[in-house]
Amino acid sequence: MASTLTVADVERIAALAQLELTAEEKQLFTKQLADILTYAEQLQAVDTSGVPATAHVLGERVERDDAERPSLAIDDAVGNAPDAAAGLFRVPRVIG
Amino acid sequence: MLQSTVSAIRSDVASGRVSAVEICRAFLDRTAAVNPALNAFNLVSAERALAQAADIDRRRAAGETPGALAGVPVAIKDNLCVRGMTTTASSRILEHFVPPYDATVVARLAAADAVIVGKTNCDEFAMGSSNENSAFGPVRNPWAQDRTPGGSSGGSAAAVAARCVPLALGSDTGGSIRQPAAFCGVVGLKPTYGRVSRYGLLAFASSLDQIGPFTSTVRDAALALTALAGPDPCDATASREAVPDFAAALTGDIKGLRVGVPRAFVADGVDSGVRTAFDAAIDALRGSGAQLVDVELPHAAYAIPVYYLVATAEASSNLARYDGVRYGYRSAHDKDQNLKQMYSRTRHEGFGAEVKRRIMLGTYVLSAGYYDAYYLKAQQVRTLVRQDYQQAFEKVDVVAMPTSPIPPFALGEKTGDPLQMYLADVFTVSANLAGLPAISVPCGFSEGRLPVGLQLTGRMFDEATLLRAADAYERATDWHAQAPAL
Repeated sequence: MASTLTVADVERIAALAQLELTAEEKQLFTKQLADILTYAEQLQAVDTSGVPATAHVLGERVERDDAERPSLAIDDAVGNAPDAAAGLFRVPRVIG
Repeated sequence: MLQSTVSAIRSDVASGRVSAVEICRAFLDRTAAVNPALNAFNLVSAERALAQAADIDRRRAAGETPGALAGVPVAIKDNLCVRGMTTTASSRILEHFVPPYDATVVARLAAADAVIVGKTNCDEFAMGSSNENSAFGPVRNPWAQDRTPGGSSGGSAAAVAARCVPLALGSDTGGSIRQPAAFCGVVGLKPTYGRVSRYGLLAFASSLDQIGPFTSTVRDAALALTALAGPDPCDATASREAVPDFAAALTGDIKGLRVGVPRAFVADGVDSGVRTAFDAAIDALRGSGAQLVDVELPHAAYAIPVYYLVATAEASSNLARYDGVRYGYRSAHDKDQNLKQMYSRTRHEGFGAEVKRRIMLGTYVLSAGYYDAYYLKAQQVRTLVRQDYQQAFEKVDVVAMPTSPIPPFALGEKTGDPLQMYLADVFTVSANLAGLPAISVPCGFSEGRLPVGLQLTGRMFDEATLLRAADAYERATDWHAQAPAL
């Protein structure tokens, strides 16, 4: 699996992660990710038949009442935006 | 005054023997003197701290009872939100981010009348074991300035070791409190998963992240945990488990306490100086009345690959929010680009190499065709790691290991090989995978006077026993009282 990782695989993953990479980064990550994944392949030797997956370790459900509470003021919510106007986040065009 | 413990400061401030302002000034002066060499702080907020200290003094003079941490200067890892105080996670992508709210731990410190002095340097988004992944430069180890303080909470550990503050907060996803505590010769506590609210922590790996204190003594860590712990309506993972007075558990008595030693797991790859210090530490525990019991953790050797698959998968999801829209950095080229190009360019320019590497790895292991082989498999082996501990805790009360297999390494030594860097976390990651509380306490020095840490791991929500064992060890030794020459 991992030993066959190619630059094309890295480009595909980068696109999924919305992450532009330089040509140098693509080369470097192809090698480094292959090394890490090859190391991780030792897990395939562990017998996990019938073993449930652990997604988290909490045994209890913690809930609160579904009651109205104050939220951030709009000015605070957009206060860190790189581009905001009229209490809204402004973004580049979405199509095209 | 700089050598004062948290409890001594609180009692001095409460009695009026020393003012909170005097204490704050002393620690701020110390920070100003040593931080240029250490780079432990991303931000020092002296004016705000002195105003907060003056307010505590004013309220005490008016007859109010000061809080449980009254006048104690605290440094906050820069991945925890403090309202109005720039919070960057040591990343360019958040370089000018000013949180509009306080993390719950910050609000609890303020409610206990602790004084927040600033934000500490760390690996970018807490991803690293050496603090070299910070966009603002590495922190230097106060004991040996050509060496790493550990990571990712390196600034918090160095700040306490250098006595810039008696208390600092860090976060620990795979050892990021305990390993820097060991490297800097201070106490570092990772509470049980769910013990402390993460509201306001910039999330890295949500099934692993936990916030905890750095201090000079175990008692101080117990006092801090008592103030920080407990349920929070803003965090559905914060447990409703009752919070005892942890300092009251420190009886000094560990007669009959069963300390598990996973001898096979700690047999290989441990530096000889670390080994010698660890062997002496478990002997000291026995000398204090504990009983040493051999335990097996047969899957612990798999904890590193499990951790780096699970943590990066969660990170790739958590860090999707940094896209240049709602906060933080946006690529200056956005005018010529569509939305998707803006996202990709912003993330390219804003994230450092290690964060990109982990986003890539995590995206890969969650992608179609690889999910079962990597991510699901890792979650299954995670179950086996937990079960090992459950079985061990049927016959012991705590488990002892070195915190790190190696002493603090030289800056630049491991940056070229990410896998080698990851392997340094071998003894710390399993407590996160299993959700268990664990503490690192100073237990001696390796060659060249480089600090070594003893790690104790306890049962879920049994920090009381964990802290009692660590405190008893501390009473039998004087490693915690030694300080670096700066």
